[in-house]
Amino acid sequence: MTTTTTPPPPNASGTASWRGVASEDQDELPEKVSVLLRARSRRLLGNLLRPYRKKITLLVGIIVVSNAAGLSIPFLVSIGIDSGIPPIRQGSGPSVLLTVVGVILAAAVTQAITRQAFLRLSGRIGQSILLELRRRVFDHFQRLSLSFHEQYTSGRVISRLTSDIEAIAELLQSGFDALVKAVLTMVGTAVLLLVLDVHLGLVALVPLPLLLLFTKWFRRQSAIVYRRTRETVALVIVHFVESMTGIRAVQAFRREPRNQEIFQQLNDDYRGANARSMQLGATFMTGIKLIGNMTIGGVLLYGGWLALHGEVKVGVLAAFLLYLRQFYEPMQEVSQFYNTLQSAGAALEKLSGVLEEEPSVPEPREPAALPPGGARGKVRFEGVRFAYVEEMPILPRLDLTIPAGQSVALVGATGAGKTTLAKLISRFYDPTEGRVLLDGVDLRTLDEPTLRQAVVMVTQENFLFSGTVADNIRFGSPDATDRQVREAAKAIGAHEFIAGLPDGYDTEVGKRGGRMSAGQRQLVAFARAFLADPAVLILDEATSSLDVPSERLVQRALRTILADRTALIIAHRLSTVEIADRVLVMERGEVVEDGPPARLIAASGRFAGLHQAWLDSLS
Amino acid sequence: MPPDTHKPRRPLLSSNSLWRMKSYLRPYATRLVFIWLAAIVGIGAGLALPLISEQVIDGPVAHGDSAGLLPLGLLAVGVGVVEALLIFFRRWAQVKPVLGLETRIRDDLYEHLQRLPMGFHGDWQSGQLLSRATTDLSTIRRFLGFGMLFLVMNILQLITVTVLLLNKYWPLGLLVLASSVPIVWTSLRFEKRYIKISRQVQDEQGDLATLVEESALGIRTIKAFGRRHHVYDRYDDAALKVYGSSMSKVRLSAKFFSFLEIIPNITLALVLLLGALAVGSGALTLGALVAFTTLMLQLVWPIASLGYILAMGQEAMTSADRLMEVMDTVPAIEGGTQTIERPRGHLRFEGVGFRFADADEPVLRDVWLEVKPGETVAVVGATGAGKTTLTALVPRLLDPTSGRVTIDGQDVRDLKLTTLRQVVATAFEEPTLFSMSVRENLMLGRRDATEEELAAAIQTAQAMFVYDLPWGLDTRIGEQGLSLSGGQRQRLALARAVLSRPRILVLDDTLSALDVETEALVEEALRHVLREATGIVVAHRASTVLLADKVALLRDGTITHVGQHQELLAQVPEYRELLAQDADFDGASEGALR
Repeated sequence: MTTTTTPPPPNASGTASWRGVASEDQDELPEKVSVLLRARSRRLLGNLLRPYRKKITLLVGIIVVSNAAGLSIPFLVSIGIDSGIPPIRQGSGPSVLLTVVGVILAAAVTQAITRQAFLRLSGRIGQSILLELRRRVFDHFQRLSLSFHEQYTSGRVISRLTSDIEAIAELLQSGFDALVKAVLTMVGTAVLLLVLDVHLGLVALVPLPLLLLFTKWFRRQSAIVYRRTRETVALVIVHFVESMTGIRAVQAFRREPRNQEIFQQLNDDYRGANARSMQLGATFMTGIKLIGNMTIGGVLLYGGWLALHGEVKVGVLAAFLLYLRQFYEPMQEVSQFYNTLQSAGAALEKLSGVLEEEPSVPEPREPAALPPGGARGKVRFEGVRFAYVEEMPILPRLDLTIPAGQSVALVGATGAGKTTLAKLISRFYDPTEGRVLLDGVDLRTLDEPTLRQAVVMVTQENFLFSGTVADNIRFGSPDATDRQVREAAKAIGAHEFIAGLPDGYDTEVGKRGGRMSAGQRQLVAFARAFLADPAVLILDEATSSLDVPSERLVQRALRTILADRTALIIAHRLSTVEIADRVLVMERGEVVEDGPPARLIAASGRFAGLHQAWLDSLS
Repeated sequence: MPPDTHKPRRPLLSSNSLWRMKSYLRPYATRLVFIWLAAIVGIGAGLALPLISEQVIDGPVAHGDSAGLLPLGLLAVGVGVVEALLIFFRRWAQVKPVLGLETRIRDDLYEHLQRLPMGFHGDWQSGQLLSRATTDLSTIRRFLGFGMLFLVMNILQLITVTVLLLNKYWPLGLLVLASSVPIVWTSLRFEKRYIKISRQVQDEQGDLATLVEESALGIRTIKAFGRRHHVYDRYDDAALKVYGSSMSKVRLSAKFFSFLEIIPNITLALVLLLGALAVGSGALTLGALVAFTTLMLQLVWPIASLGYILAMGQEAMTSADRLMEVMDTVPAIEGGTQTIERPRGHLRFEGVGFRFADADEPVLRDVWLEVKPGETVAVVGATGAGKTTLTALVPRLLDPTSGRVTIDGQDVRDLKLTTLRQVVATAFEEPTLFSMSVRENLMLGRRDATEEELAAAIQTAQAMFVYDLPWGLDTRIGEQGLSLSGGQRQRLALARAVLSRPRILVLDDTLSALDVETEALVEEALRHVLREATGIVVAHRASTVLLADKVALLRDGTITHVGQHQELLAQVPEYRELLAQDADFDGASEGALR
């Protein structure tokens, strides 16, 4: 992996200065792709293949039989010509010929059957491995902590699970079979040629070293060209997609001519890369064909001379001509297949890297239980310290108890540590020091289902999944009945607008007619959280994208929702804070004021000042 | 296919669409003739080799004529070299027309798509458009560039060899000809089924990709509710489907490819049997039998690939249809011819109504609003009241379905699009940033802006954070670059709009994602900008409303009240309902917390 740590000078890319500079994408193919994978990729591969050890052994047996049968046919033809024809000429009947033809037919049938068996079995193994890999990587991504995802970004997660898996699928589907067949055919043919006639065989194999050198040259060139093609096409795609998704801005700002200019340039670069790739292919194909044809010519000349002097039979010469055809053709396939192998190798490399990541918020080995009767919702911070970077703690040391059922509002400027506090309670992160307790149990000892049943966080960026509105609300509690879903929506005040959608609760989210405003989406998210019915509910700026009427609606609902559960509310609107039992004013990771809103207003601290300013703005 | 009203209602004739692409090949006519010639001569050279072998066996070898061997052998080598060289020249010559065709069509498609209006782009996902610009184009390129050539070459080769074989010894020729029938028939059938199952696999992989996307983008929500297993189960179902279809595909090809090998082998056995008998009876020479076996094997690939190539042609036709469907869409919003010499920025909505093509209810109806030069109007309304639609009518991202919008008395539809969009600039609520440098992103609307103007716009939008980025203004942002927060993105969008120095500035709730301290600073700076330009500001908060000289209240798609903020607050209950509780805690906190 190559990572640029020092920024290159601006405009280093010359003509493409419009793109700007970014740190090199860490996912790019490593500079020198070796077919020999790194240790971790090999481990993963071994691990994936292990369950199929017996089947693979069987597979090897089948393929050897299949190839032997296939290779024997031209040989049998030569026997037919050399030993079958003389008896007929001498009038002693075609019995030898018939035997040979019978054997050829048997070989042909054997080859077809074993070939089919091979294709099926190798296909099954390949697809099973692919399925296992898909499952493993997906599950692993879901297990990895939020801190990982925040750094890794969704785009990379998506390409791991789509294009990388597909690169491996491509290898299994199109390349693997061709490779095995080609290698076995070449080795088998070479051996057979030597067995048939050592001298002629040696002559036929003379160009082999040249061929190998040529192939090596091609592989190296093709790696470069392939990389260039991939890079250029990626730029074309990005520019195309961004122009289309951002068409509103493009048109509003008369960007079209400049876009066209850039696109044509990118498209032309892609054309150039493709042209080089095609020219390289042309050169290689020609080379192979040239070597093959010249060998055939040479064999014909030398073989003819040998036959002339009775040192080799005509049938053997015929067999040579047949074999040489199949000797050179697989070579082309193998080389074309090299790109597939290369990208699959790189993909495996990246996937094995992901699978080696450990969740920074691990599941407990022996999960503890909450007190009988489920969570009550008492939250306690004991000497909690939290820092992303050791020297700059977000929370230097926090001790705090929130009794079950209390609604707490967190107030403070950006960077005061409000969101960190919320993330610690929902265990998106673990504290650097100290512990966070729910009903007296350390969060780190609770297993995921128990914890998530008890603590739910609703943020500003709420995600709606494809599916209906009802499905999305039911995400909070997958077993809920339609009635319960409706009840939740009613409680939150979302029923009215949902009922007004084209298909009501069955409206597909995201499709036409199901397009919802940010506020409406947030109401669905609230209904989802309400349906989940957690003992502790955290709202992180959850109402900030709502317009005033929607917010008012939610606030009314919030009073009902918060009534019998612990709640932590982070909001910059004072109206939301008002419904809290207790207000915490935070500053640089510390609680500087703590008390019921009324008492804090009566005092002359920070909160009182804020409240006064708010009242003033209302008048 | 998306529901769409922009598509032309014409019957699609498959070969027709593909045929229309031929004009893209016209510049390469001479080259194409050369390619075809090289291909045909190449076939001849390829067939010559087995025939020379026959001569060697029947001539010098049979008669012990060592002097005759050398010329024939050298001829074989020579023909081999010529064949290889012809392949080389043909393939090399193909590069230009094949890629030229693809590149030109892609350029044209892109140009066309940029001209199509928002309505079109709302109906078509960018992924659908992309697959036309990449997958479909490659399919067309492959067929027009290679497929068609191979199709003709293969048929030619097939005919030549069959004639040759029939000529040599007709029973064997007939046998070989007969053996090609099951191969062609099976490959045609196979291709049809193979394409069907491949499409199915592709679709299922697409569904799987959607689930992957959601699992990545919605990771916070999944984690917050602990729904890992729920999401995994959904994914696993889809992955199993892909597995199932892939296995059908494997079984299908396994059957086909083993069939493809057994037929030639059986034929070979029969050729040997009949041929040897014929040689025994003197009807055929030994050399001819050897030539027969090699020629026969040379036919396997051309025959088998016929089905493949025909299927490729079919696919190319479908792709051409898909491409033409987009190319034939006529841009619904075309610019007029008028220009405005010195725009003053006098904006009027005159009885404007708007209804989406597939909706029953109009979004806007009978909207009357006047914004005088230099004046700023805030548009206030509940969610879904039509505020964004209203603002989109000014730069003609949408056209009204009734009434008209005028600037300085001219209907915007009479103006040249470049003129109009130079006069009007919009900062959107959801800002679009492209994967380009900060500079390029900001200069979207004005490429000739000076460094000073750029700096001033950045200052106005309070976007000074760009100077702290790793490479300053040259840092790449957007999807492929550095990711920015919602507030940072909005400030860049604002700077972009300010930089284009419009006479009319539209701010579509541009400040919603800013934290309150920044918002105050931005508003202060905006006041200066808006003093010089005509402004329309979509607002959710009282603080934003205060940027405007007057407020228009949009309710149920029409403007019910126009007046001063305080006035409306006092007199209109609906207005109070929308803005009264809007007091920002953090905003007020400025003084109190310090």
